[in-house]
Parts: sequence; structure tokens; C-alpha cells
Amino acid sequence: MNNILETQNVRKEYAGHTALNGVSIEVPKGSIFGLLGPNGAGKTTLIRIINQITMPDSGTVLLNGEQLKEAHRSLIGYLPEERGLYRKMKVGEQCLYIAQLKGMEYKDALAKLKFWFEKFEIIQWWDKKVEELSKGMAQKIQFIVTVLHEPELLILDEPFSGFDPINTNLIKDEIKRMNEEGTTIIFSTHNMSSVEEICQDIALINHSEKILSGTVREVKNDFKANEYQIEFVGGLLKFTNALWTGASLISSQEIEKDHHLATIKIPDNSSPNDVLTNILPHVQVRGLKEVLPSMNDIFIQAISSNTKTA
Amino acid sequence: MDKIWLIIKREYLTRVKKKSFIIMTLLGPFLMALAIALITYLGMSDSGPQNILVVDDMAPVFDRLEDGSNYKFDYSDMDLADAKKLFSESEYTAILWIPEIMDGERSSRPFLYFKEQPSGRVIRSVEGKIEKVIEEMKMAKYGIAKSDYDKVRTNLTIATYKFTDEGEEEEVRTEKTLVGFGFGLLIFFFIMMYGIQVMRGVVEEKTNRIIEVIISSVKPFQLMMGKILGIAMVGLTQFILWVILMFTFVSVTQTVLMSQKDEAMLNQMEQVQTVQQMQSGEIAGADDFNPFDLTDPDNLINRINWPFMIGLFIFYFIGGYLLYAALFAAIGAAVDNETDTQQFLFPVMIPLYIAYMLSSLMIENPESPASFWGSIIPFTSPIVMLVRASMGIDSAEYWQLALSVILLIAGFIGTTWIAAKIYRVGILMYGKKVSYKELWKWIRFH
Repeated sequence: MNNILETQNVRKEYAGHTALNGVSIEVPKGSIFGLLGPNGAGKTTLIRIINQITMPDSGTVLLNGEQLKEAHRSLIGYLPEERGLYRKMKVGEQCLYIAQLKGMEYKDALAKLKFWFEKFEIIQWWDKKVEELSKGMAQKIQFIVTVLHEPELLILDEPFSGFDPINTNLIKDEIKRMNEEGTTIIFSTHNMSSVEEICQDIALINHSEKILSGTVREVKNDFKANEYQIEFVGGLLKFTNALWTGASLISSQEIEKDHHLATIKIPDNSSPNDVLTNILPHVQVRGLKEVLPSMNDIFIQAISSNTKTA
Repeated sequence: MDKIWLIIKREYLTRVKKKSFIIMTLLGPFLMALAIALITYLGMSDSGPQNILVVDDMAPVFDRLEDGSNYKFDYSDMDLADAKKLFSESEYTAILWIPEIMDGERSSRPFLYFKEQPSGRVIRSVEGKIEKVIEEMKMAKYGIAKSDYDKVRTNLTIATYKFTDEGEEEEVRTEKTLVGFGFGLLIFFFIMMYGIQVMRGVVEEKTNRIIEVIISSVKPFQLMMGKILGIAMVGLTQFILWVILMFTFVSVTQTVLMSQKDEAMLNQMEQVQTVQQMQSGEIAGADDFNPFDLTDPDNLINRINWPFMIGLFIFYFIGGYLLYAALFAAIGAAVDNETDTQQFLFPVMIPLYIAYMLSSLMIENPESPASFWGSIIPFTSPIVMLVRASMGIDSAEYWQLALSVILLIAGFIGTTWIAAKIYRVGILMYGKKVSYKELWKWIRFH
């Protein structure tokens, strides 16, 4: 069993509009999976279906190869985008309550909570009411109760919103550690830099449909524009003249005197080797690097072309 | 099933541990008794001593009017027109005008002009004083001796008995329906108080956004029922503690009174009573009892079928509460904050208020068709049936009780079913003003 989670043709309609129109995604076991898409694309609806908060109108969801069932709830940890706790309840009491709802035994929950509270150095909050905590503090508590029962699949909806940089790193490290220990993580966001940093696989949802999926490398390769960056010493004019065989200069900058960094686009029927053969007699090449598009570029490009066709 | 217990436990414990709950439970019965006593006192007490100027056109016939406990008479030679002119500046609170033809033979009435309305008791007392003078006048005129008059004078009240199929005869008293009304009122308040708590709880979970975490762990229906049942147990706990407190109070008072009640005191009390009755011109009925004498086996508190009433109360409280609490939960789910609840609260409250008004009318007229239907229909039966039951339910009416019970059970299953549908959709819906049309869609399509 390679995929921990598969959705097949999931459809969900609300009165008047379609939230998901036949969405299929596959989340490999042990991966960090980015579920991407602009606001209102249907990410949250999909996540709610995986969490059995809402039911799909049609389509199936398989967890470890089985149709979703009640017992699966305890295998999933879910941190919603809009989060909150009972304001009047004491922190420790509340964590125990939520942990038990997830199916943990009281003693087990208590021991693990103590462990986490000590790890995050927040044991002194145990008997405080949630309303006495700052927003960042409450977020930490919320993260703990999400991962406490050691779920196989962790679903984090915009997990870093509301965290300061220090806590963001703390949480990021925890996510990476848990992933190394075998937890699969679905990471829903529109913050592309964090996707590039931690995700291996992605799916992009727009207008209720999946428009893109695969590993980050695959996606980048699909979107690459055959652009290369060449660093050379020599005259720019000589360089440009040498390129005439087909590649075109997109931009250039002079780093030092006669030391340039140029971005070029190579046509499909040509290759970097051809370009090098052409320019080697004229300039001194210091480096050649393929330019891959950033996830941010891909995101914007995919969505704007999808919106045009839609 | 484990999970619903966890929810019930949380809902119950967080509320029972609150200071406000403990204070309300301990002080509730005393505050209630105090409120009732205060209302009765204010309703019965007079505004202040009355100073009445008597304009007697038949002087000196009415010079003999005795002052009352709360008012006194003054006499003047003025005629009515002059008295009226001086009235507003004078210290008199009222003018009593006795026209010339007040001899009891011709039809005429005395007039009372007042600045502020005297209480009904003062007016009745003044009437009594005038009647007495006229009676004496007539006795003198027709040559009737005072002793003869006292012998023929009669005063009675009808003793009312209900005839049942068992051949038993049971006395019906307004006091009994009052007890039923008390129970009904308690259910009315419990449903309102705890129903609103359910609604608040739902709104709270929705606005602080914990809802999504919880319903990723449990089904929405489990959360809704857990909340409703947990809060029901808070209500029952409060009620049971109140019953215990009240019965302790009553039995302590009874034992204390029993030990003090010796012959001498009894005699003294009876003498005092007789004197009072003679003074007010009343003759005691045979079955008259003192409602404050807890040692009297005929006393109201000892004549109600308490186990039956408390059993019914608990059933109708739970049934009525479940019926309404589901609707309150649905309202909480349909709105984003408490201020938006008003438009939906209104139609839910209406049947409750109707039941309340119906049962207050039933104190006077316990067996009208309205009270029959009110005690059958599930939206009003939790309150109305208790008023009916307080008078006792005979075997011929058992089917009505059974029907009412069955309909109430069907009723709360129905409202819970509808509410669950609204709840499931509503708790995840934000930033949208929901209309009735929208709610109907939720019920139909989800």
C-alpha cells in the first residue's frame, strides 16, 4: 500500500454552487503533501470530507485502502485554519478532553501531555484558563492537541498563520521530525515558500477542480521554460552574437567589468550543449544552471491559465 | 457511545462547578419564597393610612362609623360642593359622601372621592361599616332585636367534590391547581433557562471555532445530544437539590411546630381566630384550614400526591426540555452570534408562553376544552398537564395521560431529528444571515 490516502472523483455540492467537482488526489505514505489553491477553491471542503466532518455527494475516500469509517477518526490529526478552544476551560483539562474525544485513554493522554508541555516549556499554563493566554500561546496548545494522539495522517490547514517566526520554526521542526518518524502530513496553504521548503508532493485545486498534481520536481519540470543562467567573462556583444543559432537572451547583468550573468531561453529543438558549443569560442564560461520556476510562479501561472479557460 | 459520555461529563461538570450554579441552587428556594412573599405582601398591603372626610347629608345618622385599622373618619358640616373645593389642599385622602336618601330602603349608594385609589380591602371594610349602621337603623325601624338578627344571619361557602368512577369523592380546591401551576411554572422556567443554555453553548462552540476540532473527533449528532443531555442533568441536579432542601425545611418546621403545639396554645389560637372571624362578620366554614399550619393533616402540603406529581414533573421536565432544547440547539447552530438569535427565538417561545397563559387560566377553570388540548399537544403539555394532574387524574382519564406521554416522546424525537439536520449544516456556516427558507432547504436536502 503506497498511498495512505486516496480520493476518487469526490463531488460535493452546496445549495447553489459546486464546492468539489470530481477531485481525485493520491497522498503517498510518509510524504509531506501540499494541498494548494486560492481561497475558496475547495481545499477546506476536501479536508472536511477527509475528516468526516461533511459527507461527499459522490466519490470515495480511501484511507490505507479502506473506505472511510468511524474508527479512522483517531488515525487523523486535524488542525483547522480557523482554530479555537473553550475560553473558560483550563488548559490541561481541555487538552485531556480533546485527547479523550480522539480516543486516547486518560492516563496515556495525561502522560503524553506532560511530555509535550515540558518540551515546549509551558507546564505553568496547565491550570490557566484559555482566555488568559495570548493568541500565540493558544496556537501552541492547539498544535499539541492535534498531534498528541500520534496520528498516522496529520492535516494542517495554514498551520503557520498567527505564529511568530520563532514559533513557526519550532512547529516546522516538529513537523519535519514527525515526518521522519513516519507520519504523513497534508499541508494546506497558499504560502508557496513554505511549500517549496517542506513539501515533496502537491495538488493544486482551483474552481473546485484539481488542475495540477505530482511531486514538486515533476511539477517544476512540467512548467520549466527551458531557461538557463550563464555566467561568463567576456563582452556581452560577443556573447549575444554567438547565441544567434536559436537561443535568445532574456536578461543580463554585469557583475564586474566584463563579467556577466545572463538568462537565456533555449528553443525546444536545441539543447544547452548546442549553446555552449556556440559560445565557447567567444567567451569564458564560468557556470551554467537551469532556471526552474518557483512554486509561486507555477501557482500563479496555472491558476490564471485555468481561470481563462474556465 | 464512550464519546457521548465524555461530552455529557464535560457539559455537566463545567456547569455544576460554576459558582453561580452553587449559589443559585442553595439560594434558589429561599429567593423564590421571598419573591412570592414579597409579591403577596405588596399586593395585599395598603398604600398608607387613609384620612377620610365624611360628608353626611343624613347627619347625625352616620356619626357612629367606627375607624378602621388603616383609616379614620372625620366629620364636617360642609356640603359636598364645599368639601370638594377644599379637598385638594386638605390633608384628607378621600371624601365619603352619604346622600340624603341612604336609608337602605330607597336605591342609592354612597360615594367615595379619592386622590389615590384605596385598596379593595379598605373599600370593602368601609362598605361593611356603612352596612352595619344601615342594618341597625332597619332593626330599630322594624323592631328586630339584635340577638334575633344574629340567629338568622347566614354565611356559607359551597363544599366542592369531584365524583370519579372509582366512586371516590375527592375535594377540588383552587389551592391544588395552584400547586400544579407552581410545578408548571417551574418547568416553564427550567425549559427557558436550560434551553437558552443549550443555545448559548452551541453559539459559543461556533464562535470560538472549537467546533471543527470537536466534530473531526465525534459526529455532530453526538455533540448536540451530549450537550443537551449534559445540561438536562444539570437541571435535574438542581431540581433534586431543591426538593431535598425544601423537604428538609418543611419537615424541620413540622417537628418544631408539633413539639410546641400543646393544648393551651391550641385553645388560645382558636379563641383568637373566633374573635377575628366575629369581628370581620364571617362565620367559619367547617372545613376551613390554616394554610400555614403544617401539622394539620388536611393542610395543602400534606394533601398533594407528591410522589405522583414529582414523577410526572420529572417526566414532563425531561420530555419538554428535550423537545425544546433540540430547537434551541438548532437556533444556536443557525446563527453566528447571540444577537442574531432573536428572530428564531420568537416562534419557539410562543407555544411556551401560550402554555404558561393557559395554565394560569386553569387555576380558575381547570377542566376546559383548552386545557384538554393543551395537555395533549406536546409543545404545551409539559406545563399544562401538570396543572391538570395536580387535581388528580382518575382512571377514565388515563388514556389522555398515556396519549400525552406518547405524543411528547414522539414530539421530542421529531424535533431532535429536524434540529440535527439544521445543526449539522449550521455549525459550519459562517458570515451568512440565515432565513427560514434557507433552514427549510437544510432540512430537506441534507
